[in-house]
Amino acid sequence: MSAVLQSLVNQPYKHGFVTDIESDVAPKGLNEDIIRLISAKKNEPEWLLTFRLDAYRKWQSMTEPTWQNVHHPKIDYQDISYYSAPKSKKKLTSMDEVDPELLRTFEKLGVPLHERAALAGVAVDVIFDSVSVATTYKQKLADVGIIFCSISEAVHNHPELVKKYLGSVVPVGDNFYAALNSAVFTDGSFCFIPKGVKCPMDLSTYFRINTEGSGQFERTLVIAEEGASVCYLEGCTAPQFDTNQLHAAVVELIALDNADIKYSTVQNWYAGDENGVGGIYNFVTKRGLAKGVNSRISWTQVETGAAITWKYPSCILRGDNSVGEFYSVAVTNNFQQADTGTKMIHLGKNTRSTIISKGISAGHSNSSYRGLVRITPTAEGARNYSQCDSMLIGDQCGAHTFPYIQVQNNTAKVEHEASTSKIGEDQLFYLSQRGIGAEEAVSMIINGFCKEVFQQLPMEFAVEATKLLSFKLEGSVG
Amino acid sequence: MIDSNSITMLSIKNLHASINGTGILNGIDLTVKSGEIHAIMGLNGSGKSTLAKVLAGHSAYEVTQGTIEFEGKNLLELAPEERARAGLFLGFQYPVEIPGVANTQFLRLAYNTIQSQRGKEELDPLEFDDFVREKMKLLDMNPDFLDRSVNEGFSGGEKKRNEILQMALLEPKLSILDETDSGLDIDALKIVAKGVNQIINKDNATILVTHYQRLLDYIVPDFVHVMQAGRIVMTGGKELAMELETRGYDWIGSDQRNAKNRLTAGAHA
Repeated sequence: MSAVLQSLVNQPYKHGFVTDIESDVAPKGLNEDIIRLISAKKNEPEWLLTFRLDAYRKWQSMTEPTWQNVHHPKIDYQDISYYSAPKSKKKLTSMDEVDPELLRTFEKLGVPLHERAALAGVAVDVIFDSVSVATTYKQKLADVGIIFCSISEAVHNHPELVKKYLGSVVPVGDNFYAALNSAVFTDGSFCFIPKGVKCPMDLSTYFRINTEGSGQFERTLVIAEEGASVCYLEGCTAPQFDTNQLHAAVVELIALDNADIKYSTVQNWYAGDENGVGGIYNFVTKRGLAKGVNSRISWTQVETGAAITWKYPSCILRGDNSVGEFYSVAVTNNFQQADTGTKMIHLGKNTRSTIISKGISAGHSNSSYRGLVRITPTAEGARNYSQCDSMLIGDQCGAHTFPYIQVQNNTAKVEHEASTSKIGEDQLFYLSQRGIGAEEAVSMIINGFCKEVFQQLPMEFAVEATKLLSFKLEGSVG
Repeated sequence: MIDSNSITMLSIKNLHASINGTGILNGIDLTVKSGEIHAIMGLNGSGKSTLAKVLAGHSAYEVTQGTIEFEGKNLLELAPEERARAGLFLGFQYPVEIPGVANTQFLRLAYNTIQSQRGKEELDPLEFDDFVREKMKLLDMNPDFLDRSVNEGFSGGEKKRNEILQMALLEPKLSILDETDSGLDIDALKIVAKGVNQIINKDNATILVTHYQRLLDYIVPDFVHVMQAGRIVMTGGKELAMELETRGYDWIGSDQRNAKNRLTAGAHA
């Protein structure tokens, strides 16, 4: 059994190719001039430059957080290039004008762009290194009043919206990485669903880091007005380099009265090799504000890649009766480290939150769930249910749970359940005795373990996540 | 069902096996032909269940000596899933729970794997649903079994019925049913036995591993073997089971001191 599995574990990371496209790369290092350069390259209005510089100054006075359960050599922030864009002669107006090399890359990645997007019914915004390359379906969405474009475009075409909401959920000085992102973010997606509109299709962004030594700092802003709803998907890959690359994104979601935002991520950044060399440092701040009454923010994440993940998609439940959800599967193998979880901040009355976290550790990896449930004095009748399950594969890995529960209102009801299990030899034997091969058996057991999370994902994403998980873990058992 | 045209399905010679260096099987010889039903009886710790697991290829056991041939092939060279695909089925004494995996999904994957091995057509979820519901009637099973997680929260009887359902679906050549009767009340036992009897035919063979004679009232064996300290110490016909029921196992111990007292009614034990 182990020989078969051994060969499977040695399968290369299939997104590890580099696309040969000329890039416009800023010199390494970070200072006010670089920020001015980024802002000038993007032809930004003055208020945004001020926003960036404010963030940069705050960032300079901050230190990296050290409380997380991960270890890495000190990052030299002056050794990173903060802007890398595929060189392009002119502004693109249709898909046909996109560099064919770039399109081939997305084809290899399996991004449902162009005609395939039509078949899949998915509108895609693609962020390549730092710049948004193409947004499909723009017109169709515009017909119902939905704005879905790169954040750079939004800055130019809808400045009032960007100005109003940017930094409203994650302030520029929120934390070290968010401040860095606010100073240097180069692109990202913007999505605005007007009052009463149910987005007719899933919106999707695909992120890719291509250039060695560059960081990716994208910024995503999703706004759902009163009664609006949207389902947003995000996928990520990166080529294989021996050096570590930094990905420090910020995602802000705002849901007004009766609005509903569902945000799903399948993250498959390059994780480093089997000895832990290379890989992406994924330091991300994601936060949703359930601002209006009866609003709902739902995060679903499948984290399989990255050398280090530091990420806590959170919900601030301000509106009365608002709902926050967090469904997570985090898989680590080899020397990967993940410290991930959520924060549910209950402010409004009768707010409800659900946390389902599934951690799977294999190889020498370490996976931690870290979650905060805070019931503030105003959150009359608030409810939370948390469930954190960990599964260990092999005996060299670790799983940790750090729940923080703060309750300041005695009408609240908070439940927390946690479990740790080992993938069972008995389960594997049972399935193999029915003719099921080792890889399918592992996949079946793991998918069963993650079922409550996967069923939250849209169909195509669930299929992708299932495959990705099997791919990640094949070879770790035996 | 002893038939002169039957072929040798399983041939075990001088089988020794150990777990963590402790010998559990100490020289098993057993031949099973198609159409036959063998019962292996014995006290707890005599090695019955170990024999079943070794046949299925459980990795915890090491075969230190001897050979096992299954339809002329060296069984010991095959991985557990290859043994299963070759037609060997183990009904588990303690069926394993797999949380989150729907029973129907598991059953269909197992069924299709075996079917494709046999060069037969695989079934899509809808076709399989019809097919499995038909088989479930055989075992008086409630259709909501299909949507529940594999064995999770099943009662002892439900788990055993689920095992026999798998046997019915996979149509193995050789079925080894390990303590299938344990934990069953008499009604459940009758249902399970009825199911097994409908699956048994002249082309397949069955080994019943059991502690009690009770099961053998409903599934009548051609041969009864008694195990002690990792060996088959006595072989007889179905009447041996009766004798064990009335006299217990103690008398075999004393008789066995004379190796020539071994009964050889089966002729090819």
